[in-house]
Amino acid sequence: MTCTEFLALLDDLIDDSVSAKTRAELQAHLGNCDHCKVTLDTTRKTIEIYRSHEIYDLPAGLRERLHAAIMARCKKGC
Amino acid sequence: MWDGSSAGNTLAADSRFGPPPPHPLHSISADLTALESRLSDFPHPSPMATIQPIAGELEPHPDVALVERVRGGDVLAYDTLVRKYERQIFRIAQHITQNREDAEDVMQDAFLKAYEKIDQFQGNSKFYTWLVRIAVNESLMRLRKRRTGKMVSIDEDIETDEGSVPRDLADWAPDPEQNYNQAELAEILRKTIQGLPQGFRIVFVLRDVEGLSTEETATTLGLSIPAVKSRLLRARLQLRERLSRYFRRKRGVEK
Repeated sequence: MTCTEFLALLDDLIDDSVSAKTRAELQAHLGNCDHCKVTLDTTRKTIEIYRSHEIYDLPAGLRERLHAAIMARCKKGC
Repeated sequence: MWDGSSAGNTLAADSRFGPPPPHPLHSISADLTALESRLSDFPHPSPMATIQPIAGELEPHPDVALVERVRGGDVLAYDTLVRKYERQIFRIAQHITQNREDAEDVMQDAFLKAYEKIDQFQGNSKFYTWLVRIAVNESLMRLRKRRTGKMVSIDEDIETDEGSVPRDLADWAPDPEQNYNQAELAEILRKTIQGLPQGFRIVFVLRDVEGLSTEETATTLGLSIPAVKSRLLRARLQLRERLSRYFRRKRGVEK
Protein backbone atom coordinates (compact mmCIF):
# COMPACT_ATOMS: atom_id res chain seq x y z
CA MET A 1 0.00 0.00 0.00
CA THR A 2 1.24 3.49 -0.85
CA CYS A 3 0.80 6.64 1.24
CA THR A 4 -1.67 7.93 -1.35
CA GLU A 5 -3.80 4.83 -1.00
CA PHE A 6 -3.55 5.08 2.77
CA LEU A 7 -4.72 8.68 2.71
CA ALA A 8 -7.73 7.78 0.58
CA LEU A 9 -8.83 5.37 3.32
CA LEU A 10 -7.88 7.57 6.27
CA ASP A 11 -11.45 8.63 7.08
CA ASP A 12 -12.79 5.11 6.82
CA LEU A 13 -10.08 3.96 9.20
CA ILE A 14 -10.82 6.76 11.67
CA ASP A 15 -14.56 6.07 11.45
CA ASP A 16 -13.96 2.36 11.83
CA SER A 17 -15.71 1.48 8.61
CA VAL A 18 -13.11 -0.72 6.93
CA SER A 19 -13.12 -4.45 6.45
CA ALA A 20 -10.78 -6.62 8.51
CA LYS A 21 -8.67 -7.26 5.42
CA THR A 22 -8.30 -3.56 4.59
CA ARG A 23 -7.60 -2.77 8.22
CA ALA A 24 -4.75 -5.28 8.22
CA GLU A 25 -3.30 -3.68 5.07
CA LEU A 26 -3.57 -0.23 6.62
CA GLN A 27 -1.91 -1.44 9.82
CA ALA A 28 0.88 -3.02 7.81
CA HIS A 29 1.49 0.29 6.05
CA LEU A 30 1.50 2.16 9.37
CA GLY A 31 4.17 -0.18 10.66
CA ASN A 32 6.55 1.09 8.00
CA CYS A 33 5.49 4.70 7.54
CA ASP A 34 6.01 7.28 10.26
CA HIS A 35 4.43 10.04 8.20
CA CYS A 36 1.14 8.23 7.81
CA LYS A 37 1.20 7.32 11.47
CA VAL A 38 1.64 10.97 12.43
CA THR A 39 -1.13 11.98 10.03
CA LEU A 40 -3.49 9.39 11.49
CA ASP A 41 -2.69 10.18 15.12
CA THR A 42 -2.89 13.95 14.75
CA THR A 43 -6.08 13.80 12.68
CA ARG A 44 -7.69 11.67 15.37
CA LYS A 45 -6.48 14.13 17.99
CA THR A 46 -7.89 17.04 15.96
CA ILE A 47 -11.35 15.48 15.99
CA GLU A 48 -11.12 14.60 19.66
CA ILE A 49 -10.07 18.12 20.64
CA TYR A 50 -12.97 19.70 18.78
CA ARG A 51 -15.38 17.19 20.21
CA SER A 52 -14.31 17.65 23.81
CA HIS A 53 -13.89 21.43 24.07
CA GLU A 54 -16.73 23.89 24.22
CA ILE A 55 -15.58 26.79 22.05
CA TYR A 56 -18.86 28.70 21.97
CA ASP A 57 -20.48 29.11 25.37
CA LEU A 58 -24.20 29.64 25.55
CA PRO A 59 -24.68 33.38 26.12
CA ALA A 60 -26.01 34.35 29.53
CA GLY A 61 -29.73 34.93 29.54
CA LEU A 62 -30.38 33.24 26.20
CA ARG A 63 -31.98 30.19 27.79
CA GLU A 64 -34.31 32.39 29.85
CA ARG A 65 -35.30 34.49 26.84
CA LEU A 66 -36.07 31.38 24.85
CA HIS A 67 -38.08 29.93 27.70
CA ALA A 68 -40.10 33.15 27.96
CA ALA A 69 -40.69 33.18 24.21
CA ILE A 70 -41.93 29.60 24.25
CA MET A 71 -44.24 30.25 27.18
CA ALA A 72 -45.65 33.31 25.41
CA ARG A 73 -46.25 31.25 22.29
CA CYS A 74 -47.81 28.52 24.38
CA LYS A 75 -50.30 30.86 25.99
CA LYS A 76 -51.61 31.69 22.56
CA GLY A 77 -52.27 28.17 21.46
CA CYS A 78 -51.41 25.20 23.64
CA MET B 1 8.32 10.51 2.21
CA TRP B 2 5.02 10.84 0.45
CA ASP B 3 5.19 8.61 -2.52
CA GLY B 4 2.41 9.95 -4.70
CA SER B 5 2.50 13.17 -6.63
CA SER B 6 -1.15 12.61 -7.44
CA ALA B 7 -2.36 12.51 -3.85
CA GLY B 8 -4.59 15.50 -4.52
CA ASN B 9 -6.59 13.44 -6.95
CA THR B 10 -6.91 10.61 -4.52
CA LEU B 11 -8.98 12.75 -2.22
CA ALA B 12 -11.61 12.89 -4.87
CA ALA B 13 -11.37 9.15 -5.30
CA ASP B 14 -15.02 8.70 -4.59
CA SER B 15 -15.25 6.26 -7.45
CA ARG B 16 -15.54 3.71 -4.69
CA PHE B 17 -18.97 5.14 -3.98
CA GLY B 18 -20.27 5.52 -7.51
CA PRO B 19 -19.83 8.18 -10.15
CA PRO B 20 -17.29 10.82 -9.18
CA PRO B 21 -18.81 14.02 -7.80
CA PRO B 22 -17.75 17.43 -9.05
CA HIS B 23 -14.43 18.41 -7.58
CA PRO B 24 -15.18 19.79 -4.10
CA LEU B 25 -13.06 22.87 -4.60
CA HIS B 26 -15.25 24.00 -7.44
CA SER B 27 -18.62 22.96 -6.21
CA ILE B 28 -19.02 24.42 -2.75
CA SER B 29 -20.51 27.71 -3.77
CA ALA B 30 -22.94 26.00 -6.12
CA ASP B 31 -23.72 23.41 -3.47
CA LEU B 32 -24.45 26.06 -0.88
CA THR B 33 -26.88 27.69 -3.22
CA ALA B 34 -28.48 24.34 -3.99
CA LEU B 35 -28.57 23.58 -0.30
CA GLU B 36 -30.30 26.84 0.48
CA SER B 37 -32.89 26.29 -2.18
CA ARG B 38 -33.50 22.73 -1.08
CA LEU B 39 -33.93 23.81 2.49
CA SER B 40 -36.01 26.84 1.68
CA ASP B 41 -39.17 24.80 1.40
CA PHE B 42 -38.76 23.47 4.90
CA PRO B 43 -40.71 22.23 6.82
CA HIS B 44 -42.63 20.50 4.07
CA PRO B 45 -41.33 16.98 4.29
CA SER B 46 -39.33 15.90 1.28
CA PRO B 47 -38.28 12.37 0.42
CA MET B 48 -34.72 13.38 1.40
CA ALA B 49 -35.89 14.06 4.94
CA THR B 50 -36.70 10.48 5.65
CA ILE B 51 -34.09 8.71 7.69
CA GLN B 52 -34.57 5.02 7.91
CA PRO B 53 -34.50 3.53 11.40
CA ILE B 54 -31.23 1.78 12.08
CA ALA B 55 -31.60 -1.96 11.86
CA GLY B 56 -31.56 -3.55 15.26
CA GLU B 57 -32.51 -0.32 17.02
CA LEU B 58 -35.64 -1.61 18.67
CA GLU B 59 -35.85 0.65 21.69
CA PRO B 60 -37.73 3.85 20.92
CA HIS B 61 -35.56 6.94 21.33
CA PRO B 62 -36.37 8.74 24.62
CA ASP B 63 -37.23 11.88 22.64
CA VAL B 64 -40.21 10.10 21.09
CA ALA B 65 -42.11 10.12 24.39
CA LEU B 66 -41.19 13.78 25.02
CA VAL B 67 -42.40 14.78 21.55
CA GLU B 68 -45.67 12.95 22.20
CA ARG B 69 -46.12 14.86 25.44
CA VAL B 70 -45.46 18.17 23.67
CA ARG B 71 -48.07 17.26 21.08
CA GLY B 72 -50.46 16.63 23.93
CA GLY B 73 -49.92 20.19 25.18
CA ASP B 74 -47.19 19.61 27.78
CA VAL B 75 -44.91 22.60 27.34
CA LEU B 76 -42.58 21.44 30.11
CA ALA B 77 -41.71 18.41 28.02
CA TYR B 78 -40.58 20.85 25.35
CA ASP B 79 -38.44 22.61 27.92
CA THR B 80 -36.70 19.31 28.53
CA LEU B 81 -35.96 18.97 24.82
CA VAL B 82 -34.65 22.54 24.71
CA ARG B 83 -32.29 21.95 27.64
CA LYS B 84 -31.07 18.79 26.03
CA TYR B 85 -30.15 20.35 22.68
CA GLU B 86 -29.73 24.09 23.24
CA ARG B 87 -25.95 23.95 23.31
CA GLN B 88 -25.70 21.93 20.14
CA ILE B 89 -28.13 24.17 18.29
CA PHE B 90 -26.37 27.32 19.41
CA ARG B 91 -22.99 25.90 18.39
CA ILE B 92 -24.22 24.92 14.95
CA ALA B 93 -25.75 28.37 14.43
CA GLN B 94 -22.54 30.04 15.59
CA HIS B 95 -20.37 27.89 13.32
CA ILE B 96 -22.49 28.70 10.28
CA THR B 97 -23.27 32.37 10.86
CA GLN B 98 -19.95 33.18 12.59
CA ASN B 99 -21.82 35.89 14.40
CA ARG B 100 -22.97 35.76 18.00
CA GLU B 101 -26.12 37.82 17.64
CA ASP B 102 -27.23 35.90 14.60
CA ALA B 103 -26.56 32.64 16.39
CA GLU B 104 -28.71 33.75 19.33
CA ASP B 105 -31.55 34.68 16.98
CA VAL B 106 -31.19 31.44 15.07
CA MET B 107 -31.36 29.38 18.23
CA GLN B 108 -34.53 31.18 19.36
CA ASP B 109 -36.16 30.95 15.96
CA ALA B 110 -35.23 27.31 15.44
CA PHE B 111 -36.69 26.16 18.75
CA LEU B 112 -39.81 28.26 18.31
CA LYS B 113 -40.31 26.98 14.79
CA ALA B 114 -39.83 23.38 15.89
CA TYR B 115 -42.37 23.95 18.66
CA GLU B 116 -44.93 25.35 16.27
CA LYS B 117 -44.37 22.69 13.66
CA ILE B 118 -44.03 19.72 15.96
CA ASP B 119 -47.13 18.12 14.47
CA GLN B 120 -45.26 17.95 11.18
CA PHE B 121 -42.35 16.08 12.73
CA GLN B 122 -42.39 12.52 11.47
CA GLY B 123 -41.14 9.84 13.76
CA ASN B 124 -39.06 8.24 11.03
CA SER B 125 -36.21 10.67 11.69
CA LYS B 126 -34.72 11.57 15.04
CA PHE B 127 -36.08 14.70 16.69
CA TYR B 128 -32.52 15.99 17.06
CA THR B 129 -31.76 15.56 13.36
CA TRP B 130 -35.00 17.32 12.48
CA LEU B 131 -34.11 20.16 14.82
CA VAL B 132 -30.62 20.45 13.34
CA ARG B 133 -32.15 20.70 9.90
CA ILE B 134 -34.29 23.61 11.03
CA ALA B 135 -31.29 25.31 12.65
CA VAL B 136 -29.13 24.88 9.53
CA ASN B 137 -31.91 26.31 7.42
CA GLU B 138 -32.39 29.30 9.72
CA SER B 139 -28.64 29.91 9.83
CA LEU B 140 -28.34 29.90 6.06
CA MET B 141 -31.23 32.32 5.77
CA ARG B 142 -29.43 34.70 8.12
CA LEU B 143 -26.27 34.31 6.09
CA ARG B 144 -28.13 35.03 2.89
CA LYS B 145 -29.38 38.29 4.34
CA ARG B 146 -25.79 39.37 4.80
CA ARG B 147 -24.64 37.76 1.62
CA THR B 148 -22.80 40.64 0.01
CA GLY B 149 -19.16 40.46 0.95
CA LYS B 150 -19.63 37.23 2.86
CA MET B 151 -19.97 35.03 -0.19
CA VAL B 152 -16.98 36.67 -1.83
CA SER B 153 -14.70 35.51 0.96
CA ILE B 154 -16.14 32.02 0.75
CA ASP B 155 -15.30 31.87 -2.93
CA GLU B 156 -11.77 32.99 -2.23
CA ASP B 157 -11.36 30.37 0.45
CA ILE B 158 -12.29 27.43 -1.69
CA GLU B 159 -9.64 28.19 -4.26
CA THR B 160 -7.08 26.77 -1.88
CA ASP B 161 -5.66 23.30 -2.10
CA GLU B 162 -4.48 23.55 1.47
CA GLY B 163 -4.51 20.40 3.50
CA SER B 164 -5.28 18.06 0.63
CA VAL B 165 -1.88 16.50 1.16
CA PRO B 166 -0.44 16.55 4.66
CA ARG B 167 2.60 18.81 4.65
CA ASP B 168 3.33 19.34 8.30
CA LEU B 169 4.43 15.89 9.32
CA ALA B 170 5.87 16.72 12.73
CA ASP B 171 4.35 14.72 15.52
CA TRP B 172 2.40 16.59 18.20
CA ALA B 173 3.36 16.90 21.80
CA PRO B 174 1.63 14.43 24.11
CA ASP B 175 -1.65 16.06 25.27
CA PRO B 176 -0.74 19.21 23.33
CA GLU B 177 -3.77 21.14 24.54
CA GLN B 178 -2.29 21.20 28.01
CA ASN B 179 0.30 23.72 26.85
CA TYR B 180 -2.46 26.33 26.71
CA ASN B 181 -4.98 27.56 29.23
CA GLN B 182 -8.69 27.13 28.52
CA ALA B 183 -9.17 30.60 27.08
CA GLU B 184 -6.10 30.35 24.82
CA LEU B 185 -7.11 26.92 23.62
CA ALA B 186 -10.67 27.99 22.85
CA GLU B 187 -9.30 30.94 20.89
CA ILE B 188 -6.97 28.69 18.88
CA LEU B 189 -9.79 26.26 18.10
CA ARG B 190 -12.19 29.05 17.14
CA LYS B 191 -9.68 30.84 14.93
CA THR B 192 -8.67 27.62 13.23
CA ILE B 193 -12.15 26.38 12.41
CA GLN B 194 -13.33 29.83 11.35
CA GLY B 195 -10.64 29.80 8.67
CA LEU B 196 -12.08 26.70 7.07
CA PRO B 197 -14.18 27.14 3.92
CA GLN B 198 -17.86 27.29 4.85
CA GLY B 199 -18.82 24.13 2.99
CA PHE B 200 -16.15 22.12 4.78
CA ARG B 201 -16.85 23.65 8.16
CA ILE B 202 -20.55 22.74 8.19
CA VAL B 203 -19.81 19.14 7.30
CA PHE B 204 -17.10 18.82 9.96
CA VAL B 205 -19.29 20.38 12.64
CA LEU B 206 -22.34 18.24 11.94
CA ARG B 207 -20.45 15.03 11.41
CA ASP B 208 -17.55 15.19 13.86
CA VAL B 209 -18.59 17.66 16.54
CA GLU B 210 -22.35 17.14 16.75
CA GLY B 211 -22.28 13.45 16.02
CA LEU B 212 -24.57 13.12 13.00
CA SER B 213 -23.90 10.14 10.78
CA THR B 214 -22.62 10.61 7.23
CA GLU B 215 -26.13 9.84 5.95
CA GLU B 216 -27.79 12.28 8.34
CA THR B 217 -25.28 14.98 7.42
CA ALA B 218 -25.94 14.38 3.73
CA THR B 219 -29.70 14.54 4.24
CA THR B 220 -29.51 17.63 6.42
CA LEU B 221 -27.37 19.53 3.93
CA GLY B 222 -28.95 18.15 0.78
CA LEU B 223 -25.59 16.76 -0.34
CA SER B 224 -24.66 13.37 -1.73
CA ILE B 225 -22.85 10.93 0.55
CA PRO B 226 -19.67 11.06 -1.59
CA ALA B 227 -19.73 14.86 -1.34
CA VAL B 228 -20.00 14.69 2.45
CA LYS B 229 -17.16 12.17 2.63
CA SER B 230 -14.93 14.18 0.36
CA ARG B 231 -15.53 17.38 2.34
CA LEU B 232 -15.06 15.66 5.66
CA LEU B 233 -11.63 14.38 4.70
CA ARG B 234 -10.60 17.81 3.43
CA ALA B 235 -11.94 19.48 6.56
CA ARG B 236 -10.19 17.09 8.91
CA LEU B 237 -6.87 17.39 7.09
CA GLN B 238 -7.02 21.18 6.88
CA LEU B 239 -7.81 21.51 10.57
CA ARG B 240 -5.03 19.08 11.41
CA GLU B 241 -2.58 21.01 9.30
CA ARG B 242 -3.52 24.33 10.86
CA LEU B 243 -3.52 23.04 14.45
CA SER B 244 -0.11 21.50 13.90
CA ARG B 245 1.36 24.99 14.13
CA TYR B 246 0.28 25.15 17.77
CA PHE B 247 0.50 21.56 18.85
CA ARG B 248 3.63 20.19 17.23
CA ARG B 249 6.31 18.84 19.49
CA LYS B 250 8.88 21.55 20.11
CA ARG B 251 12.46 20.68 19.34
CA GLY B 252 14.48 20.04 22.50
CA VAL B 253 11.41 20.02 24.74
CA GLU B 254 10.94 16.29 24.61
CA LYS B 255 9.29 14.90 27.69
